Amino acid sequence: METNGNHNGSEAVRTVSLVRHYRLGRNVISAVDGVSVAAERGEFIALLGASGSGKSTLLNLIAGLDRPDSGAIVVEGQDLATMTPEQLAQYRRHTAGMVFQSFNLVPTMTLNENVELPMRFAEVRRKERRSRVQEALERVGLADRAQHRPSELSGGEQQRAAIARALVNQPKLLLADEPTGNLDSKTGTEILDLITELNHSLEMTVIMVTHERALADRYAHRMIFLGDGKVQGETTNKQKGAAR
Amino acid sequence: MRAYDLVELAGRNLREAVLRNSLTTLGIGVGVASLVAMLSLGVGLQKLATRQLGRSGLFDSIVVTSRQLRGPRLGQTSAPSGPPKALDDAARKNFERISQVAEVYSNFGAVGEFRLDGAKQEEGHFTVAGGLPESARGSEAFDDVQGHFFSSGDAHEVILYAEFARTLLGLPDKDPLADPKLTSEEASRLLGKDLIFRYAEREAPGTSAPPPTPSAQNTDAEGDDPAGFNVVRREQRLKIVGIVSTEPYRGMRNARTSVFLPIAYAESLNAMQPGDLSNVMRPGQGRTYTALVVRVEKSKYVQQVEDEIKKQGFNTFSILDASKGITKFFRFLDLFLGIFGSLALAVASLGIVNTLVMAILERRREIGIMKALGASDGDVKKIFFVEAGSMGALGGALGVALGWMMGRVINLGANLYLERQSIHSENFWYVPMWLAVGGIAFAVVVSLFAGLYPASRAARLDPVQALRHE
Repeated sequence: METNGNHNGSEAVRTVSLVRHYRLGRNVISAVDGVSVAAERGEFIALLGASGSGKSTLLNLIAGLDRPDSGAIVVEGQDLATMTPEQLAQYRRHTAGMVFQSFNLVPTMTLNENVELPMRFAEVRRKERRSRVQEALERVGLADRAQHRPSELSGGEQQRAAIARALVNQPKLLLADEPTGNLDSKTGTEILDLITELNHSLEMTVIMVTHERALADRYAHRMIFLGDGKVQGETTNKQKGAAR
Repeated sequence: MRAYDLVELAGRNLREAVLRNSLTTLGIGVGVASLVAMLSLGVGLQKLATRQLGRSGLFDSIVVTSRQLRGPRLGQTSAPSGPPKALDDAARKNFERISQVAEVYSNFGAVGEFRLDGAKQEEGHFTVAGGLPESARGSEAFDDVQGHFFSSGDAHEVILYAEFARTLLGLPDKDPLADPKLTSEEASRLLGKDLIFRYAEREAPGTSAPPPTPSAQNTDAEGDDPAGFNVVRREQRLKIVGIVSTEPYRGMRNARTSVFLPIAYAESLNAMQPGDLSNVMRPGQGRTYTALVVRVEKSKYVQQVEDEIKKQGFNTFSILDASKGITKFFRFLDLFLGIFGSLALAVASLGIVNTLVMAILERRREIGIMKALGASDGDVKKIFFVEAGSMGALGGALGVALGWMMGRVINLGANLYLERQSIHSENFWYVPMWLAVGGIAFAVVVSLFAGLYPASRAARLDPVQALRHE
């Protein structure tokens, strides 16, 4: 693996011969079939592939939302495959932040409340929560919309709120599943600019699932191509890396 | 997850589906209300029964009779050794000395003829006269007495039972179930008037002077009364001071008593009583009592005092066993009422299950989001538990209030009915503290139990599936 951009050479994520299959009726579908990939700290990786290629399943496995049938997922030195459900929940609280295509904000909560939610599970003190919510919303440029509900915001604003929520527990890893999929190209670019900025300033490792090659080309340090649950190839964006 | 976060999140969720959750809570409320209403009636009835029975003088009284009156009873294993003891004044003094004994009085009952002063001789009525001790003042019969209680223990006064008062006035008889109470106008025609009492007096042979009082007699007087007594007709003039519509201390007497005299005065009359004849058959004894009533300070001392009196060589009778039976009966009644009341709560608990299962379906995605943000299975479970528990607590509180009102309404309705039947009203409904607190606690427990399945189902939800859910 090459060292690019601001990533410092030490490993953030490594999957080893990861396998995950689903049973659909009588058929067994291998969504992820022996995938071994790695990401260094501070790296921005794009997972590309057609739908059904297994990229989202791989991301869910790394997020600790799903469990592999075999193989290992080592994040910051710990294997998710051997964790108890409670440890996995801890991991999702503190180590991995998630951003989704459909934003997944709780519609009945204001932005404030949405961003505060992960800190409730992490048992952050109330006083500290307020300042951290404020800080996260300022970072994504939504400080003035704190009391609004998601339905009162544009798609881009909702996704920025979701990013603020993913940041608020200060994770080392940002996992984004098609973050621009529901946005027009201009807004999508703005979102990826924001993610890149966070990747830089907070030195977060970013793994993004997308099927838009152009966006991946433009923002990711490295692109991993998946097909039929297997790694089909990868490209390092040297120009991108050199630019930083 | 911290407790206040749990409560806040659960509270938010409850407010989001306010109509559905309110209806579910109302369901629990109705369930608890029926339970509380049922049990409050059970408890109230028991309280009423205990109070009435307590004031009837039944449960703190022991009737003492001499063993010589009847001889050994069937099934009485150990026949008393030595000559049977006489139930006389010495024995009476001994009883009075036993600790916890409030008073001892004779079970006085004499037949006599009564007529209002000024009425003709043939207008007299035969009936039973009884004696009342001072403690009868607190009896329920005097709750609505017309007139007042005796001014002293030996006053020449009389209290009438309302039915007999009607007879004296020549009024028609009332339905036996109805309250025989006189109108105030009718009562005023009797109160303060004189009543002539003709009775048979036991007179020691050879004396024509007024008889000595019982207290002057004791076992030493055996020689004065060697072979019985004469029976002489006497007449007394008594002032009517009160009219009662229920018979005070009814339970301890054999016959229905219509006229009451102060006990000390009644005893001093030396009136002929039914048991006296058997005494004639046993010469060589002084004045004895047919029966004495020993009243203890509290009903819990009855057993102890009864044992003590038995040890002294007398037969005793008390209604202690009956009171134990009544307590047992009310336990069963409460149990059955409780079971019926709980049925509604059981139905309501199904409502909780339904509401929460619906909430899981609705909030599937939200549960997925929470899990993705780091909520553990336990956190999700707890949120649902707090929701179920809050509905239970709210419903319970509502139910206690509702049950209290239902009880009041039932009580009111029943009393209206009773009043129409001319039976005076009673409070047979009571919500004690334990019932109010227990009702709420029970609702919470039932709700948490109902929340078990939905909560664990929500906790088991696969976040990947849940997030895919639209």
